[in-house]
Amino acid sequence: MSSSGGAVTLTPASSGRAPSTASARSARAGKLTARTIALGYLALLLLTPVAMIFYRTFEHGLAPVWDSITAPNAQSAFWLSIEVVAIAVPLNTVFGIGIALLLERGRFWGKGLLGLVIDLPFAISPVVVGLSLVLVYGKTGWFGDWLTEQGFQIIFSVPGIVLATAVVSLPFVARETIPVLRELGTDAEQAAETLGASGWQTFWRITLPGIRWGVVYGVVLTTARALGEFGAVSIVSGRIEGQTQTLPLYVQDRFENFDSTGAYTAAVVLALLALATLLAMNLLTRRTRRRTAV
Amino acid sequence: MAIEIRNVSKRFGEFVALDDVSITVGDGALTALLGPSGSGKSTLLRVIAGLEVPDSGEVVIGGENVTVTPARARGVGFVFQHYAPFKHMSVHDNVGFGLSVRKRPKEEIRERVAELLGLVRLEGLADRYPSQLSGGQLQRMALARALAVQPKVLLLDEPFGALDAQVRGELREWLRRLHEEIHVTTIFVTHDQEEAMEVAGQIVVMNTGKVEQAGTPRELYESPSNEFVMSFVGPVNRLGDAFVRPHDIQILSEDDGTGTEAIIERVVHLGFEVRVELKLHDGRELWAQVTREVAQELELREGQILSVRLPQPRVFTPQAA
Repeated sequence: MSSSGGAVTLTPASSGRAPSTASARSARAGKLTARTIALGYLALLLLTPVAMIFYRTFEHGLAPVWDSITAPNAQSAFWLSIEVVAIAVPLNTVFGIGIALLLERGRFWGKGLLGLVIDLPFAISPVVVGLSLVLVYGKTGWFGDWLTEQGFQIIFSVPGIVLATAVVSLPFVARETIPVLRELGTDAEQAAETLGASGWQTFWRITLPGIRWGVVYGVVLTTARALGEFGAVSIVSGRIEGQTQTLPLYVQDRFENFDSTGAYTAAVVLALLALATLLAMNLLTRRTRRRTAV
Repeated sequence: MAIEIRNVSKRFGEFVALDDVSITVGDGALTALLGPSGSGKSTLLRVIAGLEVPDSGEVVIGGENVTVTPARARGVGFVFQHYAPFKHMSVHDNVGFGLSVRKRPKEEIRERVAELLGLVRLEGLADRYPSQLSGGQLQRMALARALAVQPKVLLLDEPFGALDAQVRGELREWLRRLHEEIHVTTIFVTHDQEEAMEVAGQIVVMNTGKVEQAGTPRELYESPSNEFVMSFVGPVNRLGDAFVRPHDIQILSEDDGTGTEAIIERVVHLGFEVRVELKLHDGRELWAQVTREVAQELELREGQILSVRLPQPRVFTPQAA
């Protein structure tokens, strides 16, 4: 069998102190192959399509791009997306940290169940999330009558979009924070307590700094997800041009209306926003990391 | 301040960590809680600190019943086994943490921290981060941090457990001298009887959640109250129900009729001390501890047949339950 052949060729490299040049060469070749495959996969799936979008956007020069960016509906979509992210991400950050603390530090009945529920947004298709929100908060939904009486409109309006975005991006902060919290342990927190720190002081000065990389990573993922959310938002927003159209919805709208420059431009803006988030977090973490030398 | 533990019990599920424990620690004493792992010594320390609440019993510190007082209000300094450094803070901020949460002025904190870093010999390392310190330095930083708030009681959980032998020896000596200097009531947990005897003025021997015996190192060694203490504190030979200390076994230069015949199975030289493994004529095995001089004088070697005199063996009658 091939496995026994593999074992024979591996033996000198793994047991010998100085591997023969032949096995060293084959190891190098193996590493090179693995790298090529990984990069090729990335290029095929990610880099080429993204590069193509950039290329097609600027194909006809800057003037049409500028026109696309300054179009009123594009502007409205851009600012709506920013607004939704600005509300949903902090909401999910606070909630995510709270849930992580509850799941990792708390002792209560139904903890396992809560852990499962947190992951539901990962498992359920965003379209289904959107539909279920309409069922609950829509005009004919459970709270529909009551909400209308109070003068609130959730569905086909900004609150609905925020809600849908928050739901689909809910697990990230909690899921990224929990392992870091476990790794951190409770010793430092208890040490702070014996030194006279209140629960609140311990959280702000010991726990939060201890889990910040997990939280930061969770926030980056949440932001990226919130910016890009299409399915759930598509259903709850009603896609009203200039009012409830977020950037991803706008991209699709332009695409369907054969305005390829408009679609590509908006897509590039989306990509740049996500890239900026990543970059900002990266710079932030690098600077703090150097300072604390952790 | 004096510490009094009255009839404290603590369970974790089915496991009985502390079973009706009562001890008294005098003001300014340096006490060791000694026992094997699972004996409840760490739990007892955590109960004193307020990190665990006992199921029953009372904790009294300085005459005040603090059984349900939260840890932050007890005025205890606690040094964790793995030091629990605040990794994102400099040494200065670690040590000053207790003062900083009490909202003391910055200037005062700086002075106090500098003073403490001098005390634990970490001068000049104030701006370092915990990741840049060695185990021994981390240990001393944790100690300075605990002392910063001028605790009434200092508690240390296996303070030397994670250090290598050389550093451990130095720190033991240093801790003892530090205690002489600042005289704060101190309790430390250890599983190492040698460490307990070397550092502590009083030792509390624990086993399976109970206190087996409390007393000075000498009392424990010379008059252990039961088998467990006898075999845990100091080296011991077990001969059936009887116990004999290895250094109490006398190797005779010539058979005068009072000794027992034995054969030397092995001679181990440990510097000043020589360990002689013997087999008695009736097949029982034990080892004797002699000095290098004695071993040389008697020309002890493997296979030699000689005569040994056993001391009056100690026999413990089973305690009435």
